[in-house]
Amino acid sequence: MTGFIIAAVVVGAIGIALGIFLTYSSKKFEVPVDEREAEVREVLPGSNCGACGYPGCDGAAAAIAKGEAPVTACPVGGASTAEIIAGIMGAEAGEMEKTTAFVKCMGDCEKAKSNYEYTGIKTCAAASVAPGGGAKACSYGCDGFGDCVAVCEYDAIHIVNGIAVVDPEKCTSCGLCVKACPNALIEIIPAKARTKVACASKEFGKDVKEVCSTGCIGCKICEKQCPLPETAIVVTDNIAHIDYDRCINCGKCAAKCPTKVIQFEPRKPKAEKPAAEQA
Amino acid sequence: MNLILIIVSAAFVNNVVLSQFLGLCPFLGVSKRIKTSTGMGGAVIAVITISSAICSLLYQFVLVPLDLTYLNTIVFILVIASLVQFLEMYIKKSNPKLYESLGVYLPLITTNCAVLGAVLTNVQKDYNFIESVASGFGTSLGFAIALLLMASIRERIEGNDIPLSFRGMPIVLITAGLMSIAFIGFSGVL
Repeated sequence: MTGFIIAAVVVGAIGIALGIFLTYSSKKFEVPVDEREAEVREVLPGSNCGACGYPGCDGAAAAIAKGEAPVTACPVGGASTAEIIAGIMGAEAGEMEKTTAFVKCMGDCEKAKSNYEYTGIKTCAAASVAPGGGAKACSYGCDGFGDCVAVCEYDAIHIVNGIAVVDPEKCTSCGLCVKACPNALIEIIPAKARTKVACASKEFGKDVKEVCSTGCIGCKICEKQCPLPETAIVVTDNIAHIDYDRCINCGKCAAKCPTKVIQFEPRKPKAEKPAAEQA
Repeated sequence: MNLILIIVSAAFVNNVVLSQFLGLCPFLGVSKRIKTSTGMGGAVIAVITISSAICSLLYQFVLVPLDLTYLNTIVFILVIASLVQFLEMYIKKSNPKLYESLGVYLPLITTNCAVLGAVLTNVQKDYNFIESVASGFGTSLGFAIALLLMASIRERIEGNDIPLSFRGMPIVLITAGLMSIAFIGFSGVL
């Protein structure tokens, strides 16, 4: 019995001594916490998606409160969240450009060839390490098992005819699908961009043609079509890239693209002629 | 002379990570950048050395006289956990950048088996106070050296053309295995 008491007293005494020491040092080494941080954290969506580039909403809130991140740091919350945060921080929210995810592949079941029938685990991550980067003959293309669909919390990306397609209306550009895609096919682009290159293949033209009827062959015809003095579409590594900040969405490159890999949606309210957009 | 022998044997011959395979979690987790691994190494050196000292005192002057040696694990863990807690506060205050980059691995020193392992080894080998501190310091020095070597190798590996299936953790684990083989070379020294 005494042994029991002694043991309890000894461990208890050590515990209390350490507790006092810790309480004292926590007072001594106290780090002042910005109360705005907690307020900002309240407003953030709390899905901890990491699209802002900080470790979760807590990290983002800390960065915003410190002034390291802009009040518009959260792409998911969008303009409404930014406004409330701006109120807390006492700053102007300013214009926040809406962005959306975009899948750089159009090689659906008809257009892209398959090398073999893949019967393994039905995820893109598994398929992408199979020989040739999956059954699709093009190793750059969308495997179509929907790893991106699985991670999307907003029901904004779906597999349509074997390839992933983003619904720009629902997309909050949180970037989870960008991380999920083993082929790095998904890109965050400005929502206003209406001219996009839907291919990621860096192969030479002949090799692209062999595996897909709608791949970028790097012919550079689009470069010549661009009316800007410094072309907004440039072919590097056998794939056309569009500078979305400078592209005026005239659609000329899309019209001349021999493989129709440049997607162009005419402006929705009134279908403008390319001539009207040249200004 | 005896103390130097203890330090060298703890740091190299019985390297805590590469020969005894204790504390592998921060060894793999915090070895991405030399800077953070230096911070982690410093934190572990502080924790192990101080906890060796305190635990040795507690063991010799409290637990042994009262015949409570069976309580050593719980008492040692209590001491280690408090020390880590204290260190966390200290680093948060004095070096917030380091605090952020260490992330979850800093509180994880609490359950780092290298720390408890070092302290329990002192008891098992019947080291006195000074020997315990020396052995604790040597052990943690070995940990810091292994961590630093790993971080340097990983920074160099990064830019290399590694086969796709080996990228990331696999190449790190292979590296750790090769380092372990290299450290076996020390076993003939003493």
